[in-house]
Amino acid sequence: MKKGLLKYLFSTVARMLVLLVAVTLMSFLLVHNAPMDPVDAFLGEIVVSEEQRAKIAEHWGLDKSPAEQYVIWVKNTLHGDMGESRTYHEPVTKVLGERFRASLLLMGTAWILSGVLGLLLGIVAGVYKDRWPDRIIKTFSLILASTPVFWIGLLVLVVFAVELQWFPLGLAVPIGKVESEVTWMERLHHLVLPALTLSITGVANIILHTRQKLIDVMESEYVLFARARGETLKQLVMRHGLRNIALPAITLQFASISELFGGSVLAERVFSYPGLGSTAVVAGMQADAPLLLGIALFSALFVFAGNLTANILYGIIDPQIREGGGSNG
Amino acid sequence: MADIKYDKTGNCGSFGLNRRREILLIILSGVVFLSGVCLWGLLMDPSLYAPDYEARRLAPSLSHLFGTDSLGRDMFYRTVCGLSTSIQIGLLSALISSVIALVLGSMSAVFGGRVDTAVGFMVDLCMGVPHLILLILISIAVGGGAAGVITGVAVTHWPNLTRVIRAEVLQIRSAQYVQIARKLGKSNWHIAAKHIVPHVFPQYLVGLILLFPHAILHEAAITFLGYGLPLDTPAVGVILAESMKHLAAGMWWLAFFPGLALLFMTQLFDIVGDYLKILIDPHSARQ
Repeated sequence: MKKGLLKYLFSTVARMLVLLVAVTLMSFLLVHNAPMDPVDAFLGEIVVSEEQRAKIAEHWGLDKSPAEQYVIWVKNTLHGDMGESRTYHEPVTKVLGERFRASLLLMGTAWILSGVLGLLLGIVAGVYKDRWPDRIIKTFSLILASTPVFWIGLLVLVVFAVELQWFPLGLAVPIGKVESEVTWMERLHHLVLPALTLSITGVANIILHTRQKLIDVMESEYVLFARARGETLKQLVMRHGLRNIALPAITLQFASISELFGGSVLAERVFSYPGLGSTAVVAGMQADAPLLLGIALFSALFVFAGNLTANILYGIIDPQIREGGGSNG
Repeated sequence: MADIKYDKTGNCGSFGLNRRREILLIILSGVVFLSGVCLWGLLMDPSLYAPDYEARRLAPSLSHLFGTDSLGRDMFYRTVCGLSTSIQIGLLSALISSVIALVLGSMSAVFGGRVDTAVGFMVDLCMGVPHLILLILISIAVGGGAAGVITGVAVTHWPNLTRVIRAEVLQIRSAQYVQIARKLGKSNWHIAAKHIVPHVFPQYLVGLILLFPHAILHEAAITFLGYGLPLDTPAVGVILAESMKHLAAGMWWLAFFPGLALLFMTQLFDIVGDYLKILIDPHSARQ
């Protein structure tokens, strides 16, 4: 048994490593093919001589062939050096590290919030199937599933920041304050709206999934038997429902990290929250190739970590997958 | 999505229609409405949403249903135009995407082996990077603008449908009546034309329609971030991005109505797709 799981893990990790290399290659090709000249984008309005332009290009290694550039990039990245961001004039790893901390706080909060809320609402909907709580929750999540994140963000902004003025309009810290003087309360205060926006959009999926699963469980024969034994609704949900739902829901939540990342780009943009997402937008505008590649790699790693966790959880829950060794499915 | 209740006689329609006709009517009106919006935007006289400095920053009223912006442009007509643009882009990119899915999905199922592995790898690759990051990268590679959006949305939306089509083809290929047809000496073409295509095509059609909302939302998102359509086109993404500057001044209508209209439209696409599914596959209706 143990051996099967290990083998499954190994093949999954190997597969993901190959994918990761492919992702970097794809991103490199895409960024490299951009018609926008990075030197022009870097200089903006500044006029310089041809010689200086050539020097800048040489400094960035743009005079070499694409294949050489890619190999150099991979080599340096393996040594922990991802080049220097052309927009921020700082090492890419440093920019990523700083921005990621802000993003992690945002995404983590939203992730947990949407998971917990989704599970609770899903259980309520599943228990009261076809009655009014279910109808409301179901309609709500079906509509949410196709609502643009940034529009929700804008609405939240109008209601809570402009009209009610409960929360600040944007940014992660008060304007004009030094990083070291910012208190945790201030950070939290700035975090509420973006996190709320991001969690609202993630919640629909998990509600609908949990609801369906719980309905399946509640219609099963063992629940019928448990009812006959005289178990109360609460006991039914706790003993039979939650145990069957919790792990698939958590797995689903891990697998949704890719969407969470995409949503965070939009949410950060709406609230001018200085995280990884808004950095990606800026990097793209400036054709900042090293930073863009760094973000692509980083986000892919992030998604893979989520998928890997989901796969491992699947492996633990479902003996069929564990035995089968993770083939396509 | 749609719950259907049958009464004892199987008739549940109002207006004396049976269920099937009712569904057809719903689909038809959805399609007519959406193509109406699309045409309206296409044929609209641009002067309707031209700047009018007499009528700046007006809240919604009967003469300006969605209000006006800081240049005095009528937001209602701009939104309709934007929705029309969205539908056109969604249509084009969803079509391209679904054709990719159809080709890859059936190849993967028919040839199996290495082809199957390769397609699976491409699916994983496409889903390995967060969608929006991939859209940004593609948009940069193509050089931005409408071409960037269409390419980006078209080459990133096929994975799910590919999986559906692969599974569908695999299932039919191993079905007993296909096995028997093969044993009877029917040619591959005969089997494909008589057995596989009639089964897969409806699934493909539903998948295609359910792709629209995704395509449209991603178009709006990427435009909102500033990578998509140029700033002077009336697109919902552009409208919402512009509205951000004016929200703090209390002009909530700039964001509220265009977004609501976009939501309404994506819901309509979803409804049309879901009802079409019921029409094609009556089993799902009884679930």
